[in-house]
Amino acid sequence: MVEVTLWAGLIPLADNQKKVTVEATTIRDLLRKLGERYPGPKAPIKNEVAVVLDGTVYRNDWSKELPDGAEVFLMRRLAGG
Amino acid sequence: MSFDATFQEKKLKSVGTRPLRPDGVDKVTGRARYGADYNMPGQLVARVLRSPHAHARIVRIDTARAEGLKGVKAVITAADLPDLTNGNAALFAILDNCMARTKALYDGHAVAAVAAIDAKVARAALKLIEVEYEILPHVVDVDAAARPDAPVIDEGIFTSGVEPKPDSPSNVAARSEFGHGDVEAGFAKAEVIVERSYKTEQTHQGYIEPHACVANCNADGTADLWVCTQGHFVYRQNCADLLGLEVSKLRVTSSEIGGGFGGKTHVWAEPVALALSRKAGRPVKLVMSREEVFRASGPTSATSIDVKIGATRDGRITAATSTLRYTSGPYPDTWAEIGAMTSFACYDLENVKTVGFEVVVNRPKVAAYRAPSAPMAAFAVESAIDELAQEIGMDAVELRIKNAAQEGTRASYGPVYGPIGIGPTLDAARVHPHMSAPLGKNQGRGMACGFWFNFGGETCTDLNISADGTVTLAVGTVDVGGSRASLSLIAAEEMGIPYDDIKAVVADTATLGYNDMTDGSRGTFSSSMATISAARNAITVMRERAALMWDIPVEDVYWEEGQAKAAGSKYGNLSPLSVKDIAAEAGNTGGPIAGHSELVADGAGVSFATHICDVEVDPETGATSIVRYTVIQDAGKAVHPSYVEGQYQGGAAQGIGWALNEEYIYGEDGRLQNPGFLDYRIPVCSDLPMIDTQILEIPNPNHPYGVRGVGETSIVPPLAAVANAVSNAAGVRLSHVPISPPRILAALHKQARE
Amino acid sequence: MSAIAVSTTINGDDVEFLCQPDETLLDVLRNRLGLLGSKEGCGTGDCGACSTVMDGRVVCSCLVLGAEAEGHTIETIEGMAQGKDLHPLQRKFIEHAALQCGICTPGFLVTAKALLEVNPDPTEEEIRFWLAGNLCRCTGYDKIVRAVQDAAREMRGEVA
Ligand code: FES
Ligand code: FES
Repeated sequence: MVEVTLWAGLIPLADNQKKVTVEATTIRDLLRKLGERYPGPKAPIKNEVAVVLDGTVYRNDWSKELPDGAEVFLMRRLAGG
Repeated sequence: MSFDATFQEKKLKSVGTRPLRPDGVDKVTGRARYGADYNMPGQLVARVLRSPHAHARIVRIDTARAEGLKGVKAVITAADLPDLTNGNAALFAILDNCMARTKALYDGHAVAAVAAIDAKVARAALKLIEVEYEILPHVVDVDAAARPDAPVIDEGIFTSGVEPKPDSPSNVAARSEFGHGDVEAGFAKAEVIVERSYKTEQTHQGYIEPHACVANCNADGTADLWVCTQGHFVYRQNCADLLGLEVSKLRVTSSEIGGGFGGKTHVWAEPVALALSRKAGRPVKLVMSREEVFRASGPTSATSIDVKIGATRDGRITAATSTLRYTSGPYPDTWAEIGAMTSFACYDLENVKTVGFEVVVNRPKVAAYRAPSAPMAAFAVESAIDELAQEIGMDAVELRIKNAAQEGTRASYGPVYGPIGIGPTLDAARVHPHMSAPLGKNQGRGMACGFWFNFGGETCTDLNISADGTVTLAVGTVDVGGSRASLSLIAAEEMGIPYDDIKAVVADTATLGYNDMTDGSRGTFSSSMATISAARNAITVMRERAALMWDIPVEDVYWEEGQAKAAGSKYGNLSPLSVKDIAAEAGNTGGPIAGHSELVADGAGVSFATHICDVEVDPETGATSIVRYTVIQDAGKAVHPSYVEGQYQGGAAQGIGWALNEEYIYGEDGRLQNPGFLDYRIPVCSDLPMIDTQILEIPNPNHPYGVRGVGETSIVPPLAAVANAVSNAAGVRLSHVPISPPRILAALHKQARE
Repeated sequence: MSAIAVSTTINGDDVEFLCQPDETLLDVLRNRLGLLGSKEGCGTGDCGACSTVMDGRVVCSCLVLGAEAEGHTIETIEGMAQGKDLHPLQRKFIEHAALQCGICTPGFLVTAKALLEVNPDPTEEEIRFWLAGNLCRCTGYDKIVRAVQDAAREMRGEVA
């Protein structure tokens, strides 16, 4: 069970909740379940989201495991230089 | 088998040394081939017609006379690039930016292009294209564009992220917000409050090599593109999408790249060259002029930022807010949002709120520029922090140390930090000899901190072992500044062989799997991970081959210091086999030996830097010279320290240029007035002192050698470091970047009058 | 417009070419003679990427007409190494990591070589002002200046 903090842009799509609790073991699992629970955020989740685990940004590695008690944060995918 | 990227503490032999780069000789003899240094048989020369108006409806384009000119082989307009974007707004913006469809949205926006037998004919043809414009009111200034009475650039833009949804269109495309705590309560607790507004002007990445490509579209649907780019795989995808090509039939080769800094992450000219080639049936070379680079390729945002910081008298910040307005060019984007995320990322704040507004204007579409959006936000915040230190009479470094983020801090943009380097860079700054060096007359010292995220991404690498035991390493990230040397070091380290036995090359899109853009400081971080993985796979193969050669089980073969060794005493008389020994027998032990790797490199780890700057300001002329400059930054692990230092120095120099001189100047008519290096002045050799660097190495837990990205963070602190130094030297606060002589003089005169 | 026939010496060899009256020396070098080492960063004399030496003087070849080369001696980056042997400046640029992207490098090398010919022992300030017409966006110039200093030392016979 992880608690996920959503970035402001997602909140309106997730019944206006800032934090949601999800039963998930990996990033893929987490995003799939969020997508099922909130059909709204599905599109942004597919393309625009990065997952921050304990302060480290994961943009693509959806197989990354969610460690117990991890701090999970959904953030927009950013561009770099 | 999945790749274990965890950091392992061990003594490194190759990594951390400074060998000669493999592409050095080609580059000092003039043999290296950049974007414009390639030709195809029978190629045509392309030229682009650009709008002279900042905002105009395209009523009619007549290309008949141009097409009739002898030597002209193709003329295209937006009609030759039909919209295949399928509702993808970001892709549509790229398409419309390549060739204006219904409206020209900035001075320099492409409206038509020709391909002809030579440059002269092409130029003559441009003059024969008739474009009828209906000039529309324009707006270029960020604050003016955000006002309700501003001319609306796109009637389809209704500010997103606000409740209730606005019922009329505006130039404010989106609002975003970050933060935590209760800022009102925090300010109520404050004993000192600093509240200021800042502005920064639009700058350009300023790479010395203009965009250049050679394109060839064949009638059978295959195509080739030679181009200077930071990401040939991404260019391939974009071009294929925009032209309706099958991705694998378009082969993109990345040339040597003459600087990018984020500016070569977007397609501009490439779809145009391909469309011209498709129409003409011949290869087409398109090279932008310097003027076109300034008028039409990726500048950064111009910004206007308000900052409010409250603290108690002992220097503890109780609350902080920032409101950031960033231009994105004529198309909506997320630059203010990134600015809002980074603005207070260096600090541990109980109550913080940052709000970003994306503002569209009649300027070129903004592209990433080294740690995009972070330098402007850092300028505002680090200037305000400096003023706060002065107001409470505390040393500027001490105040920052007192409030610095650390492991466990909730970042202002949301997540909680792991191990980070802001504290160590500040500690290093405090004891650095630069901090206590004496200052002369009219001199002042400033310092500032900076933050950047750093990225990883999709990466694919091949490692092939030749019959003589030497190694070719094929990577798919572009070498923007020595990464072939760094990656060869990594391969040498992992395999235990000499650096000189390895030759690294950048592979084209037909010979290697997909690689993300070389951006976000990811080049060395990601490709080194993929290289380690490929090397480990090759070692697995070599152990198998050694087992065959010895006729023993593979489990009994281990790899150490570049050799296969037999484990245990029962094989006591087997002398180890080197890569060369194993390679020599490859033909009879199973054929060629290679290690392949495809992975997602993630977990790049955030990066921090602290800069110290001394300036001397001439009170007569307002001219500023940089007297001394020091960069302190965490690299995780410096693979090739010379090139890490180079990144620190180069980023600092770009930041100094931004701080003191560089800016886009628009006339009343919305036309860019300084599209050249004479009037858009980047730092030259005599403007700068030596730039001292101090590399800190706080290992990144998510990389086998502890590597973090190093390319971008160094441009974040200089705007504020220079501004703080100038303010200390001149005795007057400068809140508008660039701090050019007229702005300094105006501030000095204003102060004298008051 | 008819082409003009031009006879010059380039990197020690007699070279003849035809060019249009409005064609720059840089275009001739790059497009007609295949000498692609001189780069075009601006075409207006502001970046130095096209630096070449004409009768011993550094010029921006983008500001010289091809036709003006008639009877003159031109040296480009391609003539800097003696066969396989790199010029000390070329070696020192690689050793000191004085290039990142390298697009500015030919121009810096040509210009720095001309400096050391007139001033074998320049101060840091003299180096910085001599090279002020060459833009580099990658390095911040630090390592370029150091490479020039080191090459000068070596050429003076002071082994580092
Ligand atoms: S191309 Fe000649 S000076 Fe820039
Ligand atoms: S090394 Fe890139 S411009 Fe100088």
